Amino acid sequence: MRYMCLVHFEPAIMERASLPERQDLDRRSLAYDEWLRESGHYLASQALQGGDSAVLVRVRSGEVSATDGPYMETKEQMAGFILIEARDMNEAVRLAAGIPIAEIGTIEVRPVYEIPVPPAP
Amino acid sequence: MIDLDAIYRAESGRVLATLIRLLGGFELAEEALADAFLAAAQQWPRQGLPANPRAWLVSAGRFKAIDRLRRSGRMKAATPELTRQLEEEEQAMPAEPQIIEDDTLRLIFTCCHPALPPDAQVAMTLREVCGLTTEEIAAAFLGKPAAIAQRIVRAKTRIREQRLPYEVPAPADWPERLDVVLQTIYLIFNEGYSASSGDALIRHDLCAEAVRLLRLLRELQSGADIDGLLALLLLHQSRAAARTGPDGAIVLLEDQDRSRWDRALIAEATALASQAFARPPVGSHTIQALIAATHAAAPVAAATDWRRIVGLYDLLLRADPSLIVGLNRAVAIAMRDGPLAGLALIEPLTKGELASYRFAHAAEADLLRRLGRTAEARAAYLCALDLTDAVPDRRFLEQRLAQL
Repeated sequence: MRYMCLVHFEPAIMERASLPERQDLDRRSLAYDEWLRESGHYLASQALQGGDSAVLVRVRSGEVSATDGPYMETKEQMAGFILIEARDMNEAVRLAAGIPIAEIGTIEVRPVYEIPVPPAP
Repeated sequence: MIDLDAIYRAESGRVLATLIRLLGGFELAEEALADAFLAAAQQWPRQGLPANPRAWLVSAGRFKAIDRLRRSGRMKAATPELTRQLEEEEQAMPAEPQIIEDDTLRLIFTCCHPALPPDAQVAMTLREVCGLTTEEIAAAFLGKPAAIAQRIVRAKTRIREQRLPYEVPAPADWPERLDVVLQTIYLIFNEGYSASSGDALIRHDLCAEAVRLLRLLRELQSGADIDGLLALLLLHQSRAAARTGPDGAIVLLEDQDRSRWDRALIAEATALASQAFARPPVGSHTIQALIAATHAAAPVAAATDWRRIVGLYDLLLRADPSLIVGLNRAVAIAMRDGPLAGLALIEPLTKGELASYRFAHAAEADLLRRLGRTAEARAAYLCALDLTDAVPDRRFLEQRLAQL
């Protein structure tokens, strides 16, 4: 089964960290992606820029609106994701626990939902 | 075609059991197990199934773990000492078959450690020993995978934090610890056989897992209690086909089509129960198995040897002086001596400590029905219905009410 590991953390923690600390975390994060790839669990991953760089898009009655993200009130932000292949939820949890950012943030593990293809109208 | 899924179900528990001993913990061992199966998926289709898949998987898992410990600083748990020790052991392969068998016992006893809550024991055993996925366990128990996953994570944390030893219990602790293991297996079977909720009465997969576990345990270790429980489960299973009607409602023992009972299972179980009975002290599972075997021996319900069954219940009450056993004994006495004699024993129970036990009210209702005391029988059936969630059980009680 596929599981989405959504990575959340508090940007303030990262801002307080020293450059070598941040580089160490980046190195370990990339190495973990590589390890997931080698062990056959890796499907995709991506880090994201801060929530203040986000644009929210909505379409209501055909009108498109685009606004800034209201993310600043929440302390923890979504910072990226890793999509993995795991045998079951407990294996997914074990793999998520190895993600280096789990040491300072939170990893939300969600099973992938396959949208059933509706019959043609 | 190599069926890796089937091999996983059959072998993962035993391979994991040995890897935990070799690597010193669940986490490293689970990683190594996943690596080993990945390697198998890549190599077996090309090279063919190895002569001994289990040994191959253990060896591959260990090799991958050493390799990974050497290459990465990722695992803080990996001390140079462990790496060195593993390298030394690398020469000593293959391990003695006896040690590997003990590993499986170690794993079973660890999953059923009394320091873990019973629901965690069940989930751990099904996942780590039987190789079921979290999602399969959740489906069998009608729970949420996220909740089962947390239960398993917490159990493993407790094993690590309390440093629960990975070992087969010492002879002095053996009876008590084996009891917990048997209780866990019984819980698994029971949930499969008499589902407490949902609309299928029997979930065969859980029953089959419980029997498989017990057969595995029996391969590793002989014991009268193990034989007694296996006999009991097989006797229950032998009646599975006759136990529900076409509409899914329960068919009582006396109304079952006995030609649909599995005679081969009955013969195997009856022999097991007699052997276990010959090796005292006789445990409660063995006595229950003998009771079930007595029912199984009757060609028609009217030919049931109720004198023998009451005698066995007297014995059972001594081994397990519980209210539930008392209730069942009362039903047997009603069959031997008439409904009034049974009712005299059941009434204090339904008015007292078994007031919220649905089977007590159903049994009382049945005796009242046989005595022709219809109004009282109706009230008792309604009491039982109030306490029942499972759909087949409700259907049965509603039928009985309609027939009054």
